[in-house]
Amino acid sequence: MYAFEYHRPGSVADAGALLKANEDAKIIAGGMTMIPTLKQRLAMPGELVDLRDCADLKGITVSGGTVTIGAMTKHDTVASSAEVKGAIPALAGLAGNIGDPAVRNRGTLGGSIANNDPAADYPSACLALGATIVTTNREIAAEDFFTGLFETALEEGEIITAVRFPVPEKAAYKKFDQPASRYALVGVFVAKTAGGVRVGVTGAGQDGVFRQTDMEAALSANFAPEAIDGVMVSPDRLNVDIHGDAAYRANLIKVMAKRAVADCA
Amino acid sequence: MPTVSMTVNGKQVSGEVDARKLLVEFLRENLLLTGTHVGCDTSQCGACVVHVDGRSVKSCTMLAVMADGASVTTIEGMASGETMHPMQEAFREQHGLQCGFCTPGMVMSAVDLVAVNPDPSEAEIRHWLGGNICRCTGYHNIVEAVRDGAARMRALGKAAAE
Repeated sequence: MYAFEYHRPGSVADAGALLKANEDAKIIAGGMTMIPTLKQRLAMPGELVDLRDCADLKGITVSGGTVTIGAMTKHDTVASSAEVKGAIPALAGLAGNIGDPAVRNRGTLGGSIANNDPAADYPSACLALGATIVTTNREIAAEDFFTGLFETALEEGEIITAVRFPVPEKAAYKKFDQPASRYALVGVFVAKTAGGVRVGVTGAGQDGVFRQTDMEAALSANFAPEAIDGVMVSPDRLNVDIHGDAAYRANLIKVMAKRAVADCA
Repeated sequence: MPTVSMTVNGKQVSGEVDARKLLVEFLRENLLLTGTHVGCDTSQCGACVVHVDGRSVKSCTMLAVMADGASVTTIEGMASGETMHPMQEAFREQHGLQCGFCTPGMVMSAVDLVAVNPDPSEAEIRHWLGGNICRCTGYHNIVEAVRDGAARMRALGKAAAE
């Protein structure tokens, strides 16, 4: 790690001011990606702004068919929340399967989506549920938020404050995880809403998380696992690594989607 | 350099640290608590697991400054004098270790598990220990030890939910 100065603002407003005043400042939330990134010298911020004292970024509220989760809320808190389990059990289940318990005790929702790792779990839920990302500057539809590999619509100095998830009729998340890292080799989040079915796919796309619109159309017509049989999933633009090639991942998308739909029944 | 203060194994400690010092480095190098191990240094193996404010974390993936004001428990803080913690006792009785390198992290993770789930099944134990790697691959007896340790903790009223 290169040397940096550490800041611990007490509110998101103070954090924003620090980011404005220091051009090469970076935010640290749970640190589950930031610290490994610093260790590998892939990032060399002059200042590190820790959001842990920003109480205005924590907490879960459920009202009017929406689950709102503060950006600094830890995965374990989401996984064990009675409110989230009651409203969107698939989201609590997703959070409870990120990494391992020690990672879930530190990692945060905001950190996960701001990083937009192509194999992270939360982005698929954001896309499939049609979530809204609330920041210090504005509200961004999940659709417009995830713009590419490790890239988001966030601008310099903009901080995620919360994510609003509309409660679906039914939803399920299934992932085929890589056993060492527990990242998703392929993860599929299926949500059935009044406006139709949405399918978010993580772990597979070269450009990060994406919606599988052919499956959405098939499932909107017939919400059953067999509806996916006839959908062709192209291996184009899918990830290739030592764990699986593009054709393997294309097949896994179908398998995980079918399992998710079956789980919704 | 920033100053950090925290409670470690019940004792108030403080020190000046470089902001980039990891919690595990602070524990091992400043406090000489070398029971917490560094295996992979990439937050995968779990040899460095300690408790921060009662929950298990990987101390190789936390800055010491991020634990400022926290209560930290390491493997050295588990025994009461000459009496081992029931989870440590169970690891000894069930031969839940071979080389012993992963053991401190295994014990700390296992105690956190019992805190949230006093009577875990074998499947729940195996899932929970996903982030603790034993390179001797002695998982069978580790799982036995955690079951036994959980039972001992329940008997002593040390598990959650009583």
